[in-house]
Amino acid sequence: MKILTNIAVSESGYLFNPTNGDSFSSNLVATDIITLMKQNKTSDEIKKALHAKYDVEKSTIERDYDEFIQELGDNYLLSTDGK
Amino acid sequence: MSTETKEKLRYERPMIRKMNAGLMNKFGTRTEYQPTSHIDTVPVKRIIEQYGSPCFVISERTIRKTYQSALRAFKTRYPKVQFAWSYKTNYLDAVCKVFHQEGAWAEVVSGFEYEKAIRNGVPGNKILFNGPDKSIAELKQAIENESTIHIDHFDELYDLIEIVETSKKKAKVAIRVNMDVGVYPMWDRFGFNYESYQAWNAITKIMNCEKMDLVGLHCHIGTFMLTAGAYGIAASKLCDLAVNIKAKWNKTIQYLDLGGGFASTNTLRGSYLPGNDISPSFDDYAEIITSTILNYGFKQEDLPLLMLETGRALIDDAGYLVGSVLANKRLSDGRRATIMDFGVNILFTAFWYEHKISPAQEFTHHSEDMVVFGPLCMNIDKVRESVNLPLLNRGDQVVVHKVGAYNMTQWMQFIAMRPNVVMIDMKGEVHLIRKNETIDTLTDLESIPEHLKTFKF
Ligand SMILES: Cc1ncc(COP(=O)(O)O)c(C=O)c1O
Repeated sequence: MKILTNIAVSESGYLFNPTNGDSFSSNLVATDIITLMKQNKTSDEIKKALHAKYDVEKSTIERDYDEFIQELGDNYLLSTDGK
Repeated sequence: MSTETKEKLRYERPMIRKMNAGLMNKFGTRTEYQPTSHIDTVPVKRIIEQYGSPCFVISERTIRKTYQSALRAFKTRYPKVQFAWSYKTNYLDAVCKVFHQEGAWAEVVSGFEYEKAIRNGVPGNKILFNGPDKSIAELKQAIENESTIHIDHFDELYDLIEIVETSKKKAKVAIRVNMDVGVYPMWDRFGFNYESYQAWNAITKIMNCEKMDLVGLHCHIGTFMLTAGAYGIAASKLCDLAVNIKAKWNKTIQYLDLGGGFASTNTLRGSYLPGNDISPSFDDYAEIITSTILNYGFKQEDLPLLMLETGRALIDDAGYLVGSVLANKRLSDGRRATIMDFGVNILFTAFWYEHKISPAQEFTHHSEDMVVFGPLCMNIDKVRESVNLPLLNRGDQVVVHKVGAYNMTQWMQFIAMRPNVVMIDMKGEVHLIRKNETIDTLTDLESIPEHLKTFKF
C-alpha cells in the first residue's frame, strides 16, 4: 500500500490532501506512519520503527497498523495505482 | 505522556480525523475529559491492582457531603425534616450504615429489605414499610415492632383490619396516595388515587378502625422528576387530605412523606443537555415543597413532619465503577468500538443514563467518537451508544461516574460474576464492603439429580 505522493504532512500532525482539499489531524503515531510511508518504507520497516520508539507490544502494532491502513483507504489517502 | 518508561514513548493507537470546519455533530465538539486518576486521593490503579477490574468504588465522603447538603436545603426552610434511606437504591450494609449514622431512617419495600434494616440495627419505629407485597407474617412483625406500614391497596388494608382484631398493639399506618401532578405517564399503580376519592375512602376505613393509628400520608410521584413544580402539587394534595382529616375527625397527621424521585445530575439517554444543566437542585425541590406546606394554613402545633425517601439523588454521585479496556475494534461502517470489561450486567443504569466515562491515565488531546460495549455476548450490552473519548489502548483503565444508585441492587448475575465493591472512608482508607462472587457462590445453590451426575461421550 502506498500513500498518495502529494499528501502534505506537518510535524504537528496536520495533513492536507491537495487533490480534493481534505484536511485531517493525526496523532503522533499516525504522523510517524504517514511520514515513513512517504519515505517509501515497507510495512515491516514501519512496524519495527514504531516498536523501537513506543512502549507497545508487537502484536498491538500489527493489528493497529492494518486497521490504520484501512482507515487511510476509507479517507482516499492511498494511491489506487499499483500495490 | 508516559512517566513509567523514560526510553520509550507512551503508545496511542494511530488515528486521523477529518477536519470539517464548522460542522458540529449531535454530541458537540466538547472534550471535557480530564483523566480521573484518583478517587478521593486513592489511585485508581491501586484499587484495580488490589481489588481487580472491574470494581465498584463508593466514596463515604461524598455520601455524607451529599446527605448534609440535602438536609441543609430542607432544614433551613422547614422546622421538622426527616430522611428515610430508600434501601432499594443501594442496600449494601456499609452504605445504609453511613446514612443511618447521618440520621436517616430506613424506607423498605419488601420483607427482605425490612430484615436488612432490622439487622443493621434500625429501631422498628424508624422503619417505613412500603410496597405492594407484604405478607401477613411481615405485617404482624411490623405491627409488633411499631414500624409504620404504608398501605398500598385495599386488599392489604383488609388484611390489616383482620390482623389488628387479634393483635395487642395498634397498627401504625399511612396510606400511599397516587395523584395527578401534571407529569405523564401518571404513576397510578401504587397506592390509592386522590382525584377519584379512593384515598379518602381508604382513610375513612382506617379512621373507623380503632386499632389502626393513621400517622402519615405518603406519595412517591415518580423517579428522576425534572420538574420541581410537580412536588408542589403533590404536597398541596397531601396537605388537603391532612386538613380534611383534622376537620372531620380532629385527628392530627404526624407526617407528610413526599417520597423520592429527585433527579441526580446524571444525563438521561437521548437528552440534548447534560444533567448538570437541567436537573433541579435540592434547593429547588426544597423551596417548592416547604413553601407549599408552610403556606397551607396549618396551625403551628399541627405542622406535620416532612418525610423524604430520596434515593438516587443522595447516592449517585458517591458511586464509581472502575474498569479496563478489553479490546478495540472497527465496525463495518467505520465507527470505532471499545469493549470494556464491564457491561449492562453490572451497570444496569446504562439503559437510562449517558454515563460519563473518563480515562484513568494521561492521554493526548486526540479523541474520537466510539461505541462503548460491555463484555457480554449479547447485542444489548452497550454502555454508551456514541461518545467522544480520548484514544484508549487495550488495558487502559477507565472510571465511570455517578453509578451509586440502583446498580448495586439491580445488577444481574448473567454470563459474568458480580465484582468487588469497596468503600473509601473519610481518611482515604479502602475497605472491601462486598466480596466478588465466585463460581461457588452460584453452584453452591444448585443440586444435580442422581441420574445426571455422570455422562460419557
Ligand atoms: C416508595 C419509594 N420511595 C422512594 C424511592 C426512591 O426513589 P428515587 O431513587 O427516585 O429518589 C422509590 C423508588 O422507586 C420508591 O418506590
